[in-house]
Amino acid sequence: MSDLTLHAGAPGAALTAREYHLAHDPHPENGTSLGFWLYLMSDCLIFAALFATYGVLGRSYAAGPSGADLFDLKLVAINTAFLLLSSITFGFAMLRKQLNDVKGTLLWLAVTGLFGLCFLALELYEFHHLIEQGAGPQRSAFLSAFFTLVGTHGLHVTFGLVWLVVLMIQIGQRGLIHENQRRLMCLSMFWHFLDVVWIGVFTFVYLMGVL
Amino acid sequence: MAPHDMTHDPHHDGHHGDTGPHSSFSGYMTGFVLSIVLTAIPFWLVMAKVITERNTAVLVLGAFAVVQILVHMVCFLHMNGKVEGGWTLLSTIFTVVFVAIAIAGTLWVMYQMNAHMMPEHPRQPAAAVSGMGS
Repeated sequence: MSDLTLHAGAPGAALTAREYHLAHDPHPENGTSLGFWLYLMSDCLIFAALFATYGVLGRSYAAGPSGADLFDLKLVAINTAFLLLSSITFGFAMLRKQLNDVKGTLLWLAVTGLFGLCFLALELYEFHHLIEQGAGPQRSAFLSAFFTLVGTHGLHVTFGLVWLVVLMIQIGQRGLIHENQRRLMCLSMFWHFLDVVWIGVFTFVYLMGVL
Repeated sequence: MAPHDMTHDPHHDGHHGDTGPHSSFSGYMTGFVLSIVLTAIPFWLVMAKVITERNTAVLVLGAFAVVQILVHMVCFLHMNGKVEGGWTLLSTIFTVVFVAIAIAGTLWVMYQMNAHMMPEHPRQPAAAVSGMGS
C-alpha cells in the first residue's frame, strides 16, 4: 500500500508502473481451457456418483435378467469402435484447424458427428430392445442403475452432437476466427472426455457384467 | 508447419494461448492405435472366455481400463504437468482422489451394510442367524 502511494508521488515512476501493468496481461495465459477442464472434472463427479450407484446395485436383479442375459457384447464392441473413431476424427479436425483449413475442419467435424450419431442410434436401439424385452429401468435396481449411468452418458453425447452442429454452422459463417478456435478446443476436450467415461462404462458395466 | 503461425494472429489481444495446445498427427495416431489395442484385448478376454476366474478377470480388465484412460488423457486431452502452470494436472489429481474415495467408500460401506443386515428369511434356523454376527 505504501509502495503504491510512493509511486503515485513520483509522476515518472507512476507512468512506467502503469505501462508495466498494461503490457502484462493480468489474466492467466489460458483461462478458458482451465475453466472448461474444471467443468469436466465436476462432470466427472456426476459420473463417479452414478458408477458408485451401479457398483452397489449392479447385482440386485430382483429375480430378473442379469447383465449376462441381456448384454450383447458384439453390439457394445461396435459402439465402442464408433466412439473411438469419432475421437480420432475429431483429432484430425483439430489438426486441420491448426492449418487454418476451414473446409478440412468442417469435413472432419461432419465425420465425427456421423460416428457420434451412429453411436447414439445403436445405443437407442439397445435401450429399445431391452425395454421391449421387459428389461426396462423399472424392472430391477440393476436395470435402473444401468439405464441411469449409460443414459447419462448418452445424453452427454447428444448435447455434444448439438454443440458440434452449432459450431459447424458458426465456423461455416465466420470461418476459423479466434472465438471459434476456442470453442473448438472446448468441444474437443468435451468429446475426448466422453470417450474416457465410455472406457469406464464398457469395462465396468458391460465386460464385467457378463463375467 | 508454417501456416500454423497464422493462428497466432497478432491483432488478437494476446490471448492466443486459449485456442488450445499444439497437437500433432503422430500424437493422435499413437493414442488411436494404443486405444484400439487396449480396447480389443479386454473384449477378446471376455468374449473368448480366456480368464475364467472372476476376480482375476476383474483385476485385469480394470488395469486395462486405467491404462487406456491414461493414454486418452495424454494423447487426446494433451495432459501434462506444464499446461496451465500445472493447475490442470493438480485439479485432475484432486478429482481422481475424490472419485476413488467416493466409489471405494460407497462400495465398502454398502457391502458392510448388506453383510450386517438382519437375514431376510425368518424361517432360517436360529443357529444360522446367531452365526451371522460372529
